[in-house]
Amino acid sequence: MLKLGIKDLVKYPFLAEAGEYLRETGLGLEQLGEPDWKPILEKAYGRIVVASSGQIYSPDMERLDNDSEILSFIVAIILLKSASTGTLTRRFSLAEARRAEKYLQQDLWVQKDKKNLELPLKIIQELFGIRVSVENDEFVIKIPDYLRRSVHFHEKEWKLVNRRVADGLVYLTAHETVRLIRTELGEYINSKIQSISIGSIPESFRQRVQDLILLAKRFSDTTIVSSDYPPCIKHAIGVLERGENLPHSGRFLLATYLLARGQTVDQIAPLFKNAPDYNERVTKYQLEHISGSSGKGTKYQCPSCDKLRSENLCFATPDCDGIINPVQFGKKRKN
Amino acid sequence: MLEKNAILVEGAFKEYYFNRFDFIHVPVKANEREFGYQKINSGMIRHLAMKNDKELHLLLMKEIPSDVYCSNAYYSFPNLPMSEKDWKGADLIFDIDAKDLALPCRKDHTVYKCTSCNDTITGHQSECSKCGSTKFETISVSCNNCISESKKEVSKLIEILTSDLAIKREEIEVYFSGNEGFHVRITSGAYETLGSQERADLVDYIMFNGTVPETFGIKKQDASKVSLPTTDEGGWRGRIARNLFASKAKTLKITKQITSEGYSSFQLKLEEIKRTMGVRVDPKVTMDIHRIFRLEGSINSKSGLAKIQCDDLDSFDPFSQACLLGHDEVQIVANCPLPIKLKNKKYGPYYSEPVSLPKYAAVYMLCKGLGNVV
Ligand SMILES: [Zn+2]
Ligand SMILES: [Zn+2]
Repeated sequence: MLKLGIKDLVKYPFLAEAGEYLRETGLGLEQLGEPDWKPILEKAYGRIVVASSGQIYSPDMERLDNDSEILSFIVAIILLKSASTGTLTRRFSLAEARRAEKYLQQDLWVQKDKKNLELPLKIIQELFGIRVSVENDEFVIKIPDYLRRSVHFHEKEWKLVNRRVADGLVYLTAHETVRLIRTELGEYINSKIQSISIGSIPESFRQRVQDLILLAKRFSDTTIVSSDYPPCIKHAIGVLERGENLPHSGRFLLATYLLARGQTVDQIAPLFKNAPDYNERVTKYQLEHISGSSGKGTKYQCPSCDKLRSENLCFATPDCDGIINPVQFGKKRKN
Repeated sequence: MLEKNAILVEGAFKEYYFNRFDFIHVPVKANEREFGYQKINSGMIRHLAMKNDKELHLLLMKEIPSDVYCSNAYYSFPNLPMSEKDWKGADLIFDIDAKDLALPCRKDHTVYKCTSCNDTITGHQSECSKCGSTKFETISVSCNNCISESKKEVSKLIEILTSDLAIKREEIEVYFSGNEGFHVRITSGAYETLGSQERADLVDYIMFNGTVPETFGIKKQDASKVSLPTTDEGGWRGRIARNLFASKAKTLKITKQITSEGYSSFQLKLEEIKRTMGVRVDPKVTMDIHRIFRLEGSINSKSGLAKIQCDDLDSFDPFSQACLLGHDEVQIVANCPLPIKLKNKKYGPYYSEPVSLPKYAAVYMLCKGLGNVV
């Protein structure tokens, strides 16, 4: 394992070493509940609120207090866990992933000094099993490692044919390298939060936990996300949930499919809330157009599996055997 | 297929399978693969498990299949329904078929068969001169040009696989498909766990699909600032550079020309390069990670030729090396208006005439629908 400095833990508080650090301070949950530590509680709450609004918590690295940074992350996890809200935890994980992404990129960028490089490369390798090596001013990873992640992006620049490729390796900039693992980093933090177990929490935390439960209600999905959706629909919903950009064709698919399944415009609209370019009025207008309740009144049909394949929106599983349109999924089961 | 034809064809297949057990083996990881087969005039039977050569040989003897398939995928439970198989990985496979190459020679070796009166003609006509029907079945017969053009695609594929994807030559197996194309299978583990989407993007790479001028240093805005790749680079960038700058002396002149012609004209150039340098594989085959793929050593019922491995691609002649059925003479009425060449011997043209042919040639015509047992 690497020897991590305290500044590294401030940047990457989700690493196992942060727990180690807490143990070394000798602080227990009980103590953190005492009035002296109230600023930490408030800071933790603040981190979650900022994350829930889709922003990235980014304090000035030079001026902040290392201890309170690390402790507030840990307390934030405890609050989320106690409030047990999936929506807030997901949003918090994504925001923390984006924050870490920024630091990873900076750390990769300072390339001349190999000491700095060791940590971000190690994080990428240990958490996600991707070996990144450095060649001149570029980062290289193996083609299969690249493909497994790049296929989730829809921009042409991520297609393998538009990358620099040689000898089984793909060449990337620092920014592209960390962009590639953003989703996994979010999932890693999310699963980390899911997996910890906490006992009883200090009395002084209770109010903030209540506040979080209330906050979560504002984000709760009114759309019914069902497990019997076809994989292409699950994928499209997943992209939106992660706050990533779903191309127009993907949004069209999602809207036409859910409309065909009998959902209303009002039920569908909240799904798009996480999209980076979300605008409530425009979204509703577009949905109404697709549903045929405005304009010329043409109701658009869900695109065929063939069409979706050509748009890279198909993620067929064996359950899709024998269907030609996503709306048939689950209806024409074989055997 | 008519019953009397089926009897002759099945007999020839049975004889082959019985005599050539040494030639027909289950692939590696056999017990993790799904097998399937078809009999003449009946549907596909899938989801079979086969532990070893012995079980496979038993199936061949018992069922005398017209076609035998084996999954490129490995499963925990290959004989369960698809949703319960538990997919573990799949060989990376490519299918190169002459019919996808749109070669000018196609029309010269295509027979048009009227679907109502079975009359056969060689040139395309809008209606049948015998019965007036407008529906024809097109049947392609052996063509050396199709094979040599397909071989070129295989060579292009191997070049990209070895230099861009770092797959070793010995990890690439090339097979004649048994009709008019080639199957390529990668045995390297690095790519076997890739899903369908990943393989689709890999195919686009190999076909040179979906590329943009930016990749080669040409921007939409600021079109005067061109930074073209150099000939010593790897991957498509280097390949394109070597194509553009075939003559070193003209590098500067060509760069200037590309700069002045601009973005959209380079886009057209990329389209042109895709047609000539991209490998024309069937993307659906590579993307399909649950496919059952023709088993090597088995006979292809579209032709009666066998799917066999090509050790030396350049010298490989499928119409003699993959023509493995018996030699004894049989009588058929051949209706094959084009000559075919098998085992370096020419047969036909025949115009609905009774002929005595070696079994392999008779079966070829029956499989193609260009003849009937007397
Ligand atoms: Zn006719
Ligand atoms: Zn030809």
